[in-house]
Amino acid sequence: MKSDIILAGVGGQGILTIATIIGYAAVESDLYLKQAEVHGMSQRGGDVQSHLRISDKPIFSDLVPAGGADLIVSLEPMEALRYLPFLSPQGWIIANTVPFINMAKYPDIEKVVAEIKKQPKQIAFDADALAKESGNAQGTNMVIAGAASIFIDIPYEKMETAIKVIFGRKGEEIVRKNLVALKAGRDYAQKIAG
Amino acid sequence: MSEKKVLLLGDEAIAQAAIDAGISGMYAYPGTPSTEILEYVQHSKEAAEKKIHRDWSANEKTAVEAALGMSYAGKRSMTCMKHVGLNVAADPFINSGITGVNGGFILTVADDPSMHSSQNEQDSRFLGKFALVPMLEPANQQEAYDMVFHGFWLSEKYKTTVMLRITTRLAHSRSGVMTKEKLPQKELKLSDDKRQFVLLPGLARKRYARLLQIQPQFKEEAEKSPFNRYIDGPDKSLGIITCGIAYNYLMENFKESGCPFPVVKIGQYPFPKLMIEKLVKECGEILLLEEGMPFVEEFLRGILDRDVKVKGRMSGHIPAAGELNPNLVRIALGLGDFTGKPVPEVVVPRPPILCQGCPHIDTYQALNEAVKNVYGDGHVFSDIGCYTLGALPPFESINSCVDMGASITMAKGAADAGFFPSIAVIGDSTFTHSGMTGLLDAVIENTNIVVLIMDNSTTAMTGGQNSHAYGRLVDICTGLGVAKEHVRVIDPIKKNHEEFVKLIKEELAYNGVSVIIPTRECIQTLLRKTKAKKV
Repeated sequence: MKSDIILAGVGGQGILTIATIIGYAAVESDLYLKQAEVHGMSQRGGDVQSHLRISDKPIFSDLVPAGGADLIVSLEPMEALRYLPFLSPQGWIIANTVPFINMAKYPDIEKVVAEIKKQPKQIAFDADALAKESGNAQGTNMVIAGAASIFIDIPYEKMETAIKVIFGRKGEEIVRKNLVALKAGRDYAQKIAG
Repeated sequence: MSEKKVLLLGDEAIAQAAIDAGISGMYAYPGTPSTEILEYVQHSKEAAEKKIHRDWSANEKTAVEAALGMSYAGKRSMTCMKHVGLNVAADPFINSGITGVNGGFILTVADDPSMHSSQNEQDSRFLGKFALVPMLEPANQQEAYDMVFHGFWLSEKYKTTVMLRITTRLAHSRSGVMTKEKLPQKELKLSDDKRQFVLLPGLARKRYARLLQIQPQFKEEAEKSPFNRYIDGPDKSLGIITCGIAYNYLMENFKESGCPFPVVKIGQYPFPKLMIEKLVKECGEILLLEEGMPFVEEFLRGILDRDVKVKGRMSGHIPAAGELNPNLVRIALGLGDFTGKPVPEVVVPRPPILCQGCPHIDTYQALNEAVKNVYGDGHVFSDIGCYTLGALPPFESINSCVDMGASITMAKGAADAGFFPSIAVIGDSTFTHSGMTGLLDAVIENTNIVVLIMDNSTTAMTGGQNSHAYGRLVDICTGLGVAKEHVRVIDPIKKNHEEFVKLIKEELAYNGVSVIIPTRECIQTLLRKTKAKKV
């Protein structure tokens, strides 16, 4: 088994939380893991990405090779497209369609979403709305993680365990809300991908 | 026995290893990608229980000196910095090569090829060579951990400073690490040679002679180091030399099948000459894979560059600048480019920006109104920190960013040339790092400059570490001799905008050194504190 994942977003959106959850689940499943993150200047509202590699065999590179990613998981539509050179021909894109606009000239959002929809394997949807609908308006990253979970060969319960452990400190209500958002994302992706 | 596997960033692996190897103190100034090393020790309960020194230092130079002092006293110490920080600390570092050490001493330096968060991509191995000390360069998190133990052993065996060099991708990548049995801290014990650290010319010559004399032993250590390996392969048409993390990018392209070519994997310097000699003898051509500048490559080519056929950064087989990755290595191996679809045209760059609610925004708005709108562009020298983003739209307020502290001294030089107005903007932590001495220069000559010390009460860019300047700026400035009435503090908020503009104009009218201190806490640390209170 191997999953090479590019997690993308804007500094402050919470991609590292997704990385931590999937990473924890992978380690709990006795898999090898490497996860490269971005620290420093870009975290101030710039584009950020994390390379998350999971495998049942030892992993060499900390970076996902270009053209080798099984998944691009993005909290933001334009940021999903930024990493297309990393996507393998068989790879999937999971992307939120709600733009994060912190710049003067953000491109036409319809064109951005259309560009994602043009890709052969993608699930692009309003994750903010789905998070809100699930009762957790702050749970966009959980929804996206849930959608991505159907493409990652790790038992789903391990992802749930990860949320319980990682958010346990913040109380049962937060854990419950995040579990609901994760499930909402997963159900949605299953419906689309079949 | 007490061995266990934990998930750690490269930086954290080094920190945990330092704790486990029995350091008594770590000294550092924050700088990406090295910051998390000392932060990890600061958050470690174990380090607190063991009373390991773990406070930040004013700058990298004071950090190295303090760490050397701890070594003088017989204990193990480590100092950490980013590559450009080593320039600041070059003086004590180079001279620690000559004094040698007493307790084990490792200088960890994190280079930033591709300049993800830096103003250059210099390769610290050149400085390690310059200091004539052994260097270690891990390929992965486990090696980073293990090398700290090896480094302290080497340091104490030869009474030498040891450099541990990592790069961004290892610093900020997480993987499983097996930890070792912990070692106790050392006892206080001075060197038998009471003149070891006295570099008076006559004594320094002797110390330098000793350093030169042990070079062959450093080379021997490199030949038998567990981190330097000759890995044979059946296809001798190509021999490959990898340094540090480059080994992973090579193996990524072969994985389980293994690399068909012989490889010399370098993790310890000086170069393992015999291994390289064997590789050159057996293989028709050498491919050099180094994360950073062509350090080994340049030596292998030599001045005449005709004895060995070498492919690397100098021949263009690998790009001359920027970090390596698996695909660049794949292309250099002639295995083809696997890059996926190009980035669609609709995608535009998203540079970092000042946070919403950042106090620097108010300062730049006031500064633009008082300076740019009146005197035009080009009057503001700046420095290293979040506020360097003031160079970008919508502010475009600043015109320089060179090195820590250069804002004040460059403003002084320009003022000396007759340039007016000449203005410096510098952060509170950068000011205590390297700005104070420059301000003293200006005070001595009563140079006509205005210095804005943007006090957000933290070292913001690297994630909000404590600032040595906190609560001390007015006293420091008046103590250095700036006239009291020209040290002016203001709260940079919207309501005070007009007053702020007026204040800058008043100080521009004064012919001498003025310091304006806009003081308001970083919005990030403020939000974090508010959040913590809620929980």
